Amino acid sequence: MGTAKYLLGKLGQLFITLILVLSLAFLLFRVWQPGDPVATWAKASGAKLNAEQLDQIRHEWGLDVPLPRQYVSYMGQMLTFNFGTSTILNPQESVSSMFWSRMAKSAILIVTSTFAAIAIGVLLGIYGGWKRQGKVDQASMSSSMILYAMPEFVLGMIFILIFAATLHWFPVSLYESPIPKTGLSHWTDVINHMALPWLTLTLAYVGEFYLVMRSSLLDVLGEEYIALARAKGVREKYVLRKHAVPNALLPTITLVALSFGFILSGVITVELVFSYPGVGKLSVDALRQRDFAVLQATFVISVIAVLLANFIADLTYAYLDPRVRRA
Amino acid sequence: MKTEPAITAPEVQTPVLPPTKLTPRQLRRARHRRTLGRFWQQFRQSKMGMIGLAILIFYAGVAIFSIFANKGALDPTITTNGPRLAGPSLHYPLGTQIDGISVLSLTIEGARISLFVGLSAALISMLLGTLIGMWAGYKSSVHDAILMRITDVFLVLPWLALAIVLAAMFGQNFWIIIIIIGLTSWAGTARLVRAQVLSVKERTYIERSRALGASDAHVVLKHITPNLMPIIFANTILTIAIAILSESQLSFLGLGDPNAKSWGTLIEEAFNHGALTLHAWWWLMAPSISIVLVVLGFTMVGFAMDEIVNPRIRER
Repeated sequence: MGTAKYLLGKLGQLFITLILVLSLAFLLFRVWQPGDPVATWAKASGAKLNAEQLDQIRHEWGLDVPLPRQYVSYMGQMLTFNFGTSTILNPQESVSSMFWSRMAKSAILIVTSTFAAIAIGVLLGIYGGWKRQGKVDQASMSSSMILYAMPEFVLGMIFILIFAATLHWFPVSLYESPIPKTGLSHWTDVINHMALPWLTLTLAYVGEFYLVMRSSLLDVLGEEYIALARAKGVREKYVLRKHAVPNALLPTITLVALSFGFILSGVITVELVFSYPGVGKLSVDALRQRDFAVLQATFVISVIAVLLANFIADLTYAYLDPRVRRA
Repeated sequence: MKTEPAITAPEVQTPVLPPTKLTPRQLRRARHRRTLGRFWQQFRQSKMGMIGLAILIFYAGVAIFSIFANKGALDPTITTNGPRLAGPSLHYPLGTQIDGISVLSLTIEGARISLFVGLSAALISMLLGTLIGMWAGYKSSVHDAILMRITDVFLVLPWLALAIVLAAMFGQNFWIIIIIIGLTSWAGTARLVRAQVLSVKERTYIERSRALGASDAHVVLKHITPNLMPIIFANTILTIAIAILSESQLSFLGLGDPNAKSWGTLIEEAFNHGALTLHAWWWLMAPSISIVLVVLGFTMVGFAMDEIVNPRIRER
């Protein structure tokens, strides 16, 4: 009963937010966009087209109808991931086909490094909060602050200077060697290339999760039910495992979901540092060339990714905390 | 004597009256000074806060120095006569970059730009967040619902993706970057302010003020805002740290103003000229360390302030 209602409410919120963001995208890309996309595309693709043919394309792209009707068809196109043709970067190719292979490469990097950062940050945070002011806590606290203050690209460049340019342990950039390898050596090659960007992204966000988990656990450890459990003579290990940690995890989940937008932003600069051919690098290329069709796709997809991550966090929250479902 | 304590009037302590020659304004000033003094006493206890403050004072000095320093020495079009890409030496303590300009003077110049962008963007973000948060918290549920929906959108939006789009459309200059960062970073402040307003507006003294006929404007300006000031201030300090980080990211993507080079722009130039493969670490070092130190400084001061003004944290 309560669960279904909660789920529906969250789905409704997700939908409203999505519509709001897509409306913002429509405003930016259709109403304010400087220049004529069709003319830009024609120039970039090198096709000699007369005014009539340009109008024909404009009609095909649905740019010749009044704005309200454009708005409706725009929403339909965005929700079905139909992003049209790249206007400058690669005029022969549809944006979607440029997108999916890069998206997979980015997704592997983001998902694995984020989970690693969460796992390390949360575990260290539990230990640090439990043994507050201990050696581990003090060391993690100061390194977390420094990692938090360091831009992702600076961390990446430090790694390149040390591990790639000086020690030659890892390649400096790209996703695989210029001459692709086959079979098993292909995958070791890819992992070798991915190691440094992965390490950069993991370390860049460990600090944040550590700080959040630590302070959340400290909050919970101050609660009366913890004092009660201890007074009952429950062993410290069980106090932590059964009473403190599950409750302290709840606010952490919310913050992990919220920081996903920041992670996606950080990925853009890290992919640029390592010339990693993912969505982030694509959006920087699109920015430099002012390819608005590609830019629009990277924007919409990353927003949808963030919204989905938040939705999953909401579901996890509701699963872990029955009060949320019943409220 | 102690049989009927309920009836006897409580012993009235003679209140310590201030000297009568003080006007109300002077009284208020004295109270503010006392509050500030108490705040400083508490702040001094925090080692973290004091270290952060020392870092910030140092960089503020550097930024002010760059305003009054001899412009000629820092002008890139004049001082291109140094050795190219030389490592740190006595004459060029932080080395030179590819055009033979001293990295030290570029970093000093960058301090002013980075700090200015960070402070201005945080100011915009603070004003927007406070305004929206107060409006949502104080007004009826309809305003609240609409504003909070919008806030949620900005809260989860991948800010750099939005910033890239905005920068691509509106061009890259100094002021546009400030506005972009301000526009993409206010949501957290709005949430915080709204939550505070919701709890403050239920307090008895607000009700009393209303019963005495105070208008909404009076209640908000005279009673709610002063109550929120400390928390908003601590939050703004933390926002400055994020704004400086954001600026460096935008500049690193090549969106910085080429005529006002911040630390992020310096790093971008070094990176794009292949400083990494040339092993010219000194070209990157000073601006990178400066970003980290300044962000660290603001974060430490912000955390220390948060601990003082946010009683829930202080109890720990």
